[in-house]
Amino acid sequence: MNDFLQRIEESSLLLSDGATGTYLQANGLEPGGCPELMNHTHPDVVQNMAAQYFSAGSDMVETNSFGGSRYMLAKYNLGERVVELNRKAAQLARSQAKPNQFVLGSIGPTGEMLEPSGTATETEMYEVFCEQVRGLAEGGVDAICIETMSDLGETTLALRAAKDVAQVPVITTMTFDKGPRGYFTMMGVTPASAAEQLSAAGADLVGTNCGLPIEGIIEIVAAMRNATDRPIVTHVNAGLPKIIKNEIVYPDLPKHMANLMAQVVEAGANVVGGCCGTTPAHIRAFSEHLQK
Amino acid sequence: MPPAENSPPLNDIQNDVVRQEISEFILHEDERRRIIALFAKTNPQMQEIAAGVIQGAHTEVDALTQAALKAETSAMEIMDDGLIAGMAIVGIKFRENFIFVPEVLACARAMKAGMQHIEPILSASGIKPIGRVIMGTVKGDLHDIGKNLCIMMLRGAGFEVIDLGVDTSPDDFIDAVEEHDAKLIGMSALLTTTMPNMGRTIEAFIDADLRDDVMFMVGGAPVTPEFAEDMGADAYGDSAVECVEVAKQLATKLNG
Repeated sequence: MNDFLQRIEESSLLLSDGATGTYLQANGLEPGGCPELMNHTHPDVVQNMAAQYFSAGSDMVETNSFGGSRYMLAKYNLGERVVELNRKAAQLARSQAKPNQFVLGSIGPTGEMLEPSGTATETEMYEVFCEQVRGLAEGGVDAICIETMSDLGETTLALRAAKDVAQVPVITTMTFDKGPRGYFTMMGVTPASAAEQLSAAGADLVGTNCGLPIEGIIEIVAAMRNATDRPIVTHVNAGLPKIIKNEIVYPDLPKHMANLMAQVVEAGANVVGGCCGTTPAHIRAFSEHLQK
Repeated sequence: MPPAENSPPLNDIQNDVVRQEISEFILHEDERRRIIALFAKTNPQMQEIAAGVIQGAHTEVDALTQAALKAETSAMEIMDDGLIAGMAIVGIKFRENFIFVPEVLACARAMKAGMQHIEPILSASGIKPIGRVIMGTVKGDLHDIGKNLCIMMLRGAGFEVIDLGVDTSPDDFIDAVEEHDAKLIGMSALLTTTMPNMGRTIEAFIDADLRDDVMFMVGGAPVTPEFAEDMGADAYGDSAVECVEVAKQLATKLNG
């Protein structure tokens, strides 16, 4: 069995890392700049981020490759550097991982929609994911984390690409919003059907990230727990952003989140970490508060 | 839920699809009354077009619109009683989580299939749209799914929309306002890091002495009503459906 999956199986709870974007913005990423390009221009910053999360207590960190697909990088005229930037992302995180610490290759949405809603064909999107996975695999990842997804079709293509190209365990997490009739992704997927269908499609771990404050995540994890026997992963925002004196502030402080994180675990999460707005201090607080 | 006494009965609507859609999905009493009244005054051909929009059947809407024009139904009637009436139900279903982005996109495509025949006639006869809106994702932000959805809903409601795309600088907004003689501006952002560029765009209008000529509406996943107020926007919309409501209110203010 893969080391990562074995570790998941043996542990009742593991800690993932906190936000990547938030960290990079605090360390030189210009508004509207390309985060993945920092793997090339600021390798020290990206390495430090991994080092800080590991030392805060993360058992695994994500690579700086969320927007690393050709579709996304092309918007910055970096469409020809997909493999390079993803490989570097993985290498930088890998360089900081000690034994029993893991690297998850992050894959976010392409920003494109599949036909007939959008213009992307399944073949084209699958190949775009394959290219990104190839870079991540070359740099060395223990698993792939497909995240912030809203469409099951897109998620499944990424999952297939990860399995076909990298032969590593795959995590899929979707992003839900709360509407008048409950939790749905923008494309209409419920937490239960996400957990069920992505488990059936071969995801090794499933879960949810971003989109909601931690109170909502507790309910989503519970709904997913009822729908799958796979381990559940969640990366949770530090609340929803507010603007205070022209500064973006994520309101949920480490201690507040750490207290509620126990309920996320109780609801059924096996791996917890942070999404937008969380910092190494959040991860440290989770590590101190949670019984691993 | 029985209809209120003074509301027109659902049976006044001949089209089965429209009737069923209303009874199944329009659950708030006030809204139900408004929608039934809207359709009760339309004829079966227009209801059929509306049904086509609701079902996202673009080839049918295309053919029905052409047939109606051939039968000398006015372009205005087809737009109001067929296409826009259909989108009204679509909007409510979307807001209430009965349908989601893929279905709305299909409906918008059907609407567009009809509008392509209507628009040239309306503009040739000098009929003005209910408003002209400049829409753009702000500088530094390359995300456009939400903005595009808003644009489709705005067009579906009869607005003329000038789409500036993504990464729109304050100057681009100003140029577009001057070029198109538009007074209503919609700004979108998905990234928290680019949200402040909404405020900066408004400031640029103040600096150019143009702020009093225009109104701003803002939206996007991380944008909140508080943030909208803070930056000095005129209105905030939580969804593509609300965007249309807000645009209508601002258009009324601008015309009044």
